[in-house]
Amino acid sequence: MNDSTFNAGTLVEDEPLLPHETPWEEFVRIFTKDRLAVAGGVILALLLIAAVAGKVLTEWVVVFDAEVVRLPDKFLPPFSSPSAEVVALQEEPIFGLYVFGTDELGRDVFSRMLQGSFVSLSIGFIAVGISVSIGILLGGLAGYYGSVKLWCMSVDTLIMRFTDVMLCFPTFFLILTVVALLPPSIYNIMIVIGLTSWMGTCRFVRAEFLSLREQDFVTAAHALGLPEKRIIFRHMVPNAIAPVLVSATIGVATAILTESALSFLGFGVQPPYATWGNILSGGKGFIFDAPWLFFIPGIAIFIVVLAFNLVGEGLREAMNPKLRSR
Amino acid sequence: MWAFIIRNVLQRLVLLVIVSIVAHSVIHLAPGEPSEVDPANPRMKPEDIARIRAAFHLDDPLYLQYAYWVQDLASGELKSFKDSQPVLPKIWHRFLNSLPLFICATMLIWTFAFPTGIYAAMRRGAVYDRSSTFVAYALISVPGFFLSYIMILWIVEVFGVPVIGMKTFGMEDAHPAFRLMDRVWHLVIPSIMSAVLGVAVLSRYVRSQMLEVISQDYVRTARAKGLEEDAVVYGHALRNALLPFVTMFGLLLPGLIGGSVIFEQIFAWPGLGRLGYEAILARDFPVILTINFIAAVLTLAGTLLSDILYAVVDPRIRLQ
Repeated sequence: MNDSTFNAGTLVEDEPLLPHETPWEEFVRIFTKDRLAVAGGVILALLLIAAVAGKVLTEWVVVFDAEVVRLPDKFLPPFSSPSAEVVALQEEPIFGLYVFGTDELGRDVFSRMLQGSFVSLSIGFIAVGISVSIGILLGGLAGYYGSVKLWCMSVDTLIMRFTDVMLCFPTFFLILTVVALLPPSIYNIMIVIGLTSWMGTCRFVRAEFLSLREQDFVTAAHALGLPEKRIIFRHMVPNAIAPVLVSATIGVATAILTESALSFLGFGVQPPYATWGNILSGGKGFIFDAPWLFFIPGIAIFIVVLAFNLVGEGLREAMNPKLRSR
Repeated sequence: MWAFIIRNVLQRLVLLVIVSIVAHSVIHLAPGEPSEVDPANPRMKPEDIARIRAAFHLDDPLYLQYAYWVQDLASGELKSFKDSQPVLPKIWHRFLNSLPLFICATMLIWTFAFPTGIYAAMRRGAVYDRSSTFVAYALISVPGFFLSYIMILWIVEVFGVPVIGMKTFGMEDAHPAFRLMDRVWHLVIPSIMSAVLGVAVLSRYVRSQMLEVISQDYVRTARAKGLEEDAVVYGHALRNALLPFVTMFGLLLPGLIGGSVIFEQIFAWPGLGRLGYEAILARDFPVILTINFIAAVLTLAGTLLSDILYAVVDPRIRLQ
């Protein structure tokens, strides 16, 4: 992870007392010791497969089509079979069963969940991608070029005061305001969540850059005459990335929760798309008649967000040298 | 100290102006206007829309609209677009409704988070620590309204605690003591549900802070000189671990507005968050802007307060 530790490890190779371990091996050893984090990782891997498979299957395979409406089959509990006389053979669900039941229009909840897993995950990843990019860019500028003067104030003051301004808005209220005023679209939700959550990353990266700038390997890189672009992106960013990665993992979880909260208030992703959030908020009206419409997406969101949080915590333990000794 | 406070107050005032300008531009530049809330209404004629736009100054340039808003806010005559009621009394009324919920939730958070966090830190790696860690993550990960709905289903059946609104309808003539009990009874579930996330987050934070302090040299010294474990933990370690939490009192303030939208919506609580939500639905710009402005004031006051508190409780920190 860090150039200097790597060199220290190879230099003292002859001494038998120090185990020879690359930073990556060390990371894997600490991460796999945390069983909860490993379990979270496995769940996320399965989810990723389900999301990609869901995208492919619901787009092109008829039995998985999430938008097939079969009104005679509405509100069937999980594991019930479709009524043969009204549902055409090519419209039958997979395995000839409604694995998760059907909703108020007779749509197969299992294929809706599959379709939703891709949408929910992409909201999380794209929102976090936007916020991390802005955070690294602004934090890096403030940390590296902080002392450059623009007109009357330094770049650092300008960027950090802007961060303060953004921190003054109550985040969820701001997201709600903007999402409600903009035309409803899945991209607006991703962009708005991303644009309102970069402040933490920006502060981390700035702090890391301020301390990295003074370190010997950066001075050495300067002395070698490397271009600044290379110093920043090849030498400093990889060293500052650990806390960003942790907060990004947890950020995906937060974004999925935010989307479901927006759906609850009626500003989430709009109907043709299924997300776990809007299946859940649609199911809340049928909580007595068709409890599976409420509990299946709710528990799915819970498990996935929990997995993201546990993996994030595992990464924090494994990447933070200060915690290792304890 | 005083120089620090004065300089910070001035800086924050400048920030406040910038925040309000940003909020104003975001809201006015986004598509959607008060006149378009109900486009399907056949009685809305183009001349009505023109009249509404003129009455709300919506045809003026943005900087003039901002000036109108500042002027009306300063003179206290800001009117809601929706019902022409003055905005400030309306917000104040809703604020008084939100306040008991906020106070109860905050008290619950602080009473439960500290014991769980400290106990977990003292037994690091034991069953209690690992299970409380897992429970905390579970509570952080569950969507708030999902948990609330499950609680409503279960609790109304078992205990008969009310889950809708602030008071029972039709109890206006009852004895004041009954009315008070009714209000308290209605507070129970909403405040517990809004405290759940806070307890989980804060207890994790208490635990890590406690672990940080417990490995310091002065704790080892205290143990080495033969003090009892309780004296070491509560007299020496806890006091120092508490320092960052004192500053959190300041950062709590903005939670009054931001955190409550969902829970006030679920429990039909007529509070500030719900006022904001209704204002957003109605494109009621003066109310949205003023709530945003108050939130910004609370945030800035909160961070200033936390800086000052930090210097007051921790003599190692000097403000200059």
